[in-house]
Amino acid sequence: MDETHPENAGWLKRNKLAIAPWIFLIPALGFFAVYVVLPIFESIWLSFYEWNGLYRPDGTSTATWVGFDNYAKLWGDPKFWISLKNNVLWLVLFMLAVPAGLLIALFLNQTVIGMRLYKSLFFFPFVISQVVVGLIFGWFYNPDFGVVGSVWKALFCEETVNILGNATFRCTRSAPDILSSPEFATYGIIAAGLWPQIAYCMILYLTGLNNVAADQVEAGRLDGAKGWRMLWYVVLPQLRPATFIAVVVTVIGALRSFDMIAIMTQGGPFGSTNVLAYYMYETAISEYGERYGYGSAIATVLFLIMLVYISYFLWRMYQDEKGGR
Amino acid sequence: MLQLSKAAVAALAISSCLAGAAAAGDLVINFDDLNPGPKQGFDDAVAQFKAENPDINVIVNNNDREAHKTAIRNFLTADAPDVTSWYPGNRMAPFVDAGLFEPVTDLWEEEGFTEDLAAIMPTMSRDGEIWGVPYSYYQWGIYYRKDIFDLLELEEPETWDELLAACAKMKDNGVTPFTIGTKYLWTAAGVFDYINLRTNGYDVHMDLTAGKIKYTDDRIRETFANFETLIGDCGFVDNHASMSWQDAIAPFANGDAAMYVMGNFAVDGFKNAGLTEDQIDYFAFPSINPDVPRAEEAPADAFFIPTNAKNKEDARKFLAFVARPDVQAKWNATIGQLPINSKAEVGDDKFIQEGFATVSTAAGLAQFYDRDAPAEMAKAGMEGFQRFMTDTSSLEEVLQRLDEVQAEVY
Repeated sequence: MDETHPENAGWLKRNKLAIAPWIFLIPALGFFAVYVVLPIFESIWLSFYEWNGLYRPDGTSTATWVGFDNYAKLWGDPKFWISLKNNVLWLVLFMLAVPAGLLIALFLNQTVIGMRLYKSLFFFPFVISQVVVGLIFGWFYNPDFGVVGSVWKALFCEETVNILGNATFRCTRSAPDILSSPEFATYGIIAAGLWPQIAYCMILYLTGLNNVAADQVEAGRLDGAKGWRMLWYVVLPQLRPATFIAVVVTVIGALRSFDMIAIMTQGGPFGSTNVLAYYMYETAISEYGERYGYGSAIATVLFLIMLVYISYFLWRMYQDEKGGR
Repeated sequence: MLQLSKAAVAALAISSCLAGAAAAGDLVINFDDLNPGPKQGFDDAVAQFKAENPDINVIVNNNDREAHKTAIRNFLTADAPDVTSWYPGNRMAPFVDAGLFEPVTDLWEEEGFTEDLAAIMPTMSRDGEIWGVPYSYYQWGIYYRKDIFDLLELEEPETWDELLAACAKMKDNGVTPFTIGTKYLWTAAGVFDYINLRTNGYDVHMDLTAGKIKYTDDRIRETFANFETLIGDCGFVDNHASMSWQDAIAPFANGDAAMYVMGNFAVDGFKNAGLTEDQIDYFAFPSINPDVPRAEEAPADAFFIPTNAKNKEDARKFLAFVARPDVQAKWNATIGQLPINSKAEVGDDKFIQEGFATVSTAAGLAQFYDRDAPAEMAKAGMEGFQRFMTDTSSLEEVLQRLDEVQAEVY
């Protein structure tokens, strides 16, 4: 090659360092473009149509152009506002995972025999699937056979026999049905979601704590810093990268909450636990949905909300990298 | 998510095994039930069809019901079978409107189905054509604990007042009259359908689900008033919003609740919960307004020919075959449901016998709320019924919301 096309080879050789990364990036970029970027634009495009997902026998789509109608409908749709409100609730309450994770990490950051085992046990909820967490909490909350129900029965119910002589319970007050009450169901699901999320934040902080410089802690101690002041002025500043990542994953975790809702309530009772991600699924793909245009409009709104956070995080990371250079 | 990807994989699997398989003389049939009973009934019928038509090479794709619901949206366009199972009423409407099903009105006339299958004809029709041939349906009604009724010396109630009186007696004796599990919403629609059918009759109910009557209409308000009476004077089990219909069998089996508004498929569930045939029985939903002719819920399963089918001639043969009285009798005896052909014999199961007596004498047959109303309306409606059942004071809000959705959907 070198001898037959000396000029070409020379150019390649001269720019080798600049070209090589791009060659390695091409497959990833290609897949990213086809499977991530393109669908985003397709989805936005679809949100201007009304479409039930069907094609005619000759293969043409049954979609009709409706412009911004879907967005106008969203504005007047109470279920959309409930979903948005729940998303905000998720976002705010999910942030509890960050301080809670820090607390557990500080607690576990000591040298006791078998500490590794305790750490793994605390990390355990993050390892199991969200679907399983949802199932477990669903049973936990169940007023008939769950932990909540059993405790309630012990407190407020007495065991009697019914008309056929079978054992049954008579309660002075009926057991709380958390996942079926429009007021509490969302909090019930968020509590379930927090369980693995706290474990995640904890592990981030644990690794962060490993990197806290012992000499600075020592110096702080010599200067008389203790307890909260030590934590606030010496340890936490050194944990800033861990905090940043913990906040990022928690925000994203809150916004894409879907699995738990799908498993625990399917958005019910009567849509009161819906979030945008689940409402989008419900309108577009579920059995009673098949309104792809409207679903895409919801997806677009969710995308725009996420975009705010994602741009901020990207900008911060960019700033950090520039500072690092 | 899980269900979604499963369905997608199944869709792929179906379309790939269809591709290339079909040639001239082949008849590809897509069916949607892998449960042992229904699968047996279908397989037996296909075997008989093969024996009678040795020149037709029948290729069967049997798929899980939920996967079929997703797959059909792709295969009707991409790679159509010659016959597919689907549901009548509003469930077939999107496909009919997109031109994906072939009308079979002429087949109905040639084979005399307009007479033998008359009861189901309105639900099989749309835009003046008939779009498929049904092979089975089943009754809805009230299943009850006969042993509890005997203990309390109650008779099967035939009127609304008798039902309310029976409820009062049950409550005095510490029995919750009705069990239900509304977690997945549709069970609540069964109760609403019946109260509306008994209060206003078939035509009003159909007009409502077709979007011609508002939910705030006085007639529908009366239905909800009766619904409220049922909730107040009779009452449903606590926590019904967190139970599936299977979960709701537990209080019924334990004797804490005595009645269950359900479809006949639930009998299997009752028996699996340890109840014997002597302990359970069936009666049709009592009348409310004596002037209203008695209509029933009887969801049907049917076969359709896709527009893109390659072998329509043999497909029509198969459709004519599944409507035959002897075929329907045998098939439905296997799956424990009712044949639709009025000339077919019914099985000797007591629920089937009673169900047939109820359904075959009905003035009209509704398909169930979520099949009669369009999907979006059905979802909003069922959520509204669930909300109303947990808190009857929300009535006004529920009705207003349903009117809004209705205005948007139709």
